[in-house]
Amino acid sequence: MDKSFRLFPEAASTAAPAVDRLYFFLLAVSSFFTLLICVAILYFAVKYRRSASFARSADYGSPWKLEVTWSLIPLALTMVMFFWGAVLYFRSHRAPPESAKVSVVGKQWMWKIQHAGGKQEINALHLPVGRPVQLTMISEDVIHSFYVPAFRLKQDVLPGSYTTLWFEPTKVGRFHLFCAEYCGTSHSDMIGEVVVMDPADYSEWLQGGPTESPVEAGRRLFEQFRCGNCHAAPVRPRCPPLDGLYGSQVALSGGEMVTADEAYLRESILNPQAKVVAGYQSVMPSYEGQIDEAGLFELIAYVKSLAPPEQSSDKKQSAPQ
Amino acid sequence: MNNVQLPKRHYLNADYNVWSWLLSTDHKRIGILYMISLTLFFFVGGAAAVLFRLELMTPGGDLVLSETYNKLFTLHGVIMVWFFLIPSVPTVLGNFFLPMMIGARDLAFPRLNLASWYLFVGGGLFTVWAMLTGGVDTGWTFYTPYSSTYANTRVMLTAIGVFVSGFSTILTGMNFIVTIHTMRAPGMTWFRLPLFVWAHYANSLIMVLATPVLAVTLLLIGMERVLGVGVFDPNLGGDPLLFQHLFWFYSHPAVYLMILPGMGVVSEVITCFARKGIFGYTFIAFSSLAIAVLGFLVWGHHMFVSGQSVLASLTFSFLSMLIAVPSAVKVFNWTATLHKGSISLDTPMLYALGFIGLFTMGGLTGLFLATLAVDQHVHDTYFVVAHFHYIMVGGMVMGYLAGIHFWWPKMTGRLYPEWWGRFSAVLIFFGFNLTFFPQYLLGYLGMPRRYHVYPDEFQVLNVMSTAGASILGVGYLIPLVYLIWSLRYGKIAGPNPWQATGLEWQTPSPPPTFNFDETPSVTERPYQYSPWTPQTAPPPEPELAAAETTSP
Ligand code: HEC
Ligand SMILES: [Cu+2]
Ligand SMILES: [Cu+2]
Repeated sequence: MDKSFRLFPEAASTAAPAVDRLYFFLLAVSSFFTLLICVAILYFAVKYRRSASFARSADYGSPWKLEVTWSLIPLALTMVMFFWGAVLYFRSHRAPPESAKVSVVGKQWMWKIQHAGGKQEINALHLPVGRPVQLTMISEDVIHSFYVPAFRLKQDVLPGSYTTLWFEPTKVGRFHLFCAEYCGTSHSDMIGEVVVMDPADYSEWLQGGPTESPVEAGRRLFEQFRCGNCHAAPVRPRCPPLDGLYGSQVALSGGEMVTADEAYLRESILNPQAKVVAGYQSVMPSYEGQIDEAGLFELIAYVKSLAPPEQSSDKKQSAPQ
Repeated sequence: MNNVQLPKRHYLNADYNVWSWLLSTDHKRIGILYMISLTLFFFVGGAAAVLFRLELMTPGGDLVLSETYNKLFTLHGVIMVWFFLIPSVPTVLGNFFLPMMIGARDLAFPRLNLASWYLFVGGGLFTVWAMLTGGVDTGWTFYTPYSSTYANTRVMLTAIGVFVSGFSTILTGMNFIVTIHTMRAPGMTWFRLPLFVWAHYANSLIMVLATPVLAVTLLLIGMERVLGVGVFDPNLGGDPLLFQHLFWFYSHPAVYLMILPGMGVVSEVITCFARKGIFGYTFIAFSSLAIAVLGFLVWGHHMFVSGQSVLASLTFSFLSMLIAVPSAVKVFNWTATLHKGSISLDTPMLYALGFIGLFTMGGLTGLFLATLAVDQHVHDTYFVVAHFHYIMVGGMVMGYLAGIHFWWPKMTGRLYPEWWGRFSAVLIFFGFNLTFFPQYLLGYLGMPRRYHVYPDEFQVLNVMSTAGASILGVGYLIPLVYLIWSLRYGKIAGPNPWQATGLEWQTPSPPPTFNFDETPSVTERPYQYSPWTPQTAPPPEPELAAAETTSP
């Protein structure tokens, strides 16, 4: 982190220069209109001051042509702003498929982060430069917001449902990580840093310390909570098999179809009644309050890792770990 | 000037005892009651701001604890929004002048008007008591589930205070709407209404339609907090984003409550001190209505990073862009009004011109926030803080002060000291910019709002902001002093010191209890300044009509 005084933030992600360009466009338009108005006011105030002598005009007629002009010009400019902003926003919601996955749990007042390989950290996020990363985030209590000014991105972190954020760091360095959504007493201490490293340094960093992969940890939880009693092979006919579930289309008893994504898996564990798989009774107990968010990430990672029963694992390639 | 005298009998000396004030149904006296209570609330809210601005001089948290800091900004927000900004122009100037401008003797429901004041003051004192003795730390936005399950401060008591005062807002809005519809003097057609009245009409619609949503939202928080009914907290089966939708469905229109009436004031003042008819009367009038309607459709622009769907964000961004257009139309029309006018820069005019400049900057930076990708960066940073202070303080407070100075001679019969007026107007303008401009820079640098401690590199800009705030504080105290001083020592104003055209000026200052000795009949459009033609013939007394513009 560069601690010196500055007037403009560092740009350290692929998104940042694009946002900055748009910002400069907005700045140019706004400065133009601010100057236009201020100069006009000052000019009129002096030129038409009460003591000045000139031919005062009577009232204007109906200046509708002028009114239309100065409605349409701002309208056109705001439409440019809208489309430009929308395109970038859209891009920020489409993570490249090869993104590395990181899970983030926010709680009053810290960030708990776990990498795909299992490495965990608190209030810090180490990343390799030049590789897209996608965060899947959830809060254990109130709403927080994951904000990295140098990346020009933030995303609220909600209790009860996942949100995601992706970015690609472009610069090696240390950058602020802030919680941007007010979350109680120590909101301003819910900070950390994003450490962007050379790929070599990064893999060295990854080696250090004991790690258990989330899939491993998830398997332990799966056993601990005896999910296998119902779900593991040989699957009892009353329970749907979980192999190959992630990413597939599930038919529900109501007749609709849902995609089995993380949010669906999470809901199936915490609130099995909410969406019942077609052809099954809802006999699965709720695990609400028994597994914390970090544990749920692991359990879901494990369920995601279960390969489809018969076919080879190539379909699963795209479904990350 | 010296031959001008106060009228013998007017609404101020009609009766002197305390009850004649506290039980008065005279809209003018109620306006004064509101002015006194609002001033108190303003300085309470301002004191909180002084404290946290002092804290922010240094990056560490050395003046107060985080708990206290959080309570201070909540106090500041709650008081300023609900007990100063929203009521400011409508309840003081609207109450006093709306009936007079349309030639009515009072509002349609005078007793309801008094009841509104009691609800307002009751709710306000209750809130202030709750916040000073225990404090609330949720921010004025009360986001769930923090406010509904996690905060253990006085959330419920504060919510009750705000809830109660909300009824005052609703009743005032209804009263204004009915008054405008039914109490206009003969000849006062809709398109002869001063734009101040149009602005209040649009504003009252929002008050009546939006405030109930706030009431419901606060009730729901109460149900979740007290009864444990799951509405917003996912642990109880609720949805935290539902709160944000409800809250902003109210609060976005509410930001127009905090600007439309100020725009009404500006239209009156600009025309009078430029001696010009307003440019584009109908466009300004209808832009108020357009703002009122569109204002209900843009709430989701507060939620671009909240996890709402991409489609919703696109829609709200688009609609928010549209609402910029009527605001731009107003600014262009005001500026064009100055063209070939005969401009004198008296205090109200200085404030009104300040309003235009600062509102323009506030409005344009609103576009940054409506632009999706930029909002992803600056949302919940000081950029937002700067943006809405430009609108609400640079806009509404400036508008309020413009109006107070403009109509002070009418309200009190005496002129404020012009030199001090101009001096503090200029001081406030500079103090304001020094306080809030650095916050735009802080925001783009990434400093989040509501931060008690912050990284060192943000200090320089924070110190600038605090320095500006102290200038601003002094700027606000000066009018307090000289306005009170003028009650006794100010020059006698006469009925129409600015030679304005509205009906309120065609009656003595201070006005008689029933405003007009005879119901005026309106023959003219508003704002005919060249040649000067009041909306109705002035009262017969020759020496009153001869009053002329004063300059110290
Ligand atoms: C008592 C037996 C039982 C236990 C124990 C159980 N489940 Fe289930 N599970 C079911 C049944 C029955 C269904 C299908 C009905 C439904 O959707 O609720 C189901 C559905 C699911 C689904 C959705 C499957 C689909 O095809 O869409 C997931 C995911 C799941 N369970 C995960 C788990 C996990 C993880 C555990 C351990 C924490 C667990 N279950 C424990 C019986 C059980
Ligand atoms: Cu926070
Ligand atoms: Cu809004």
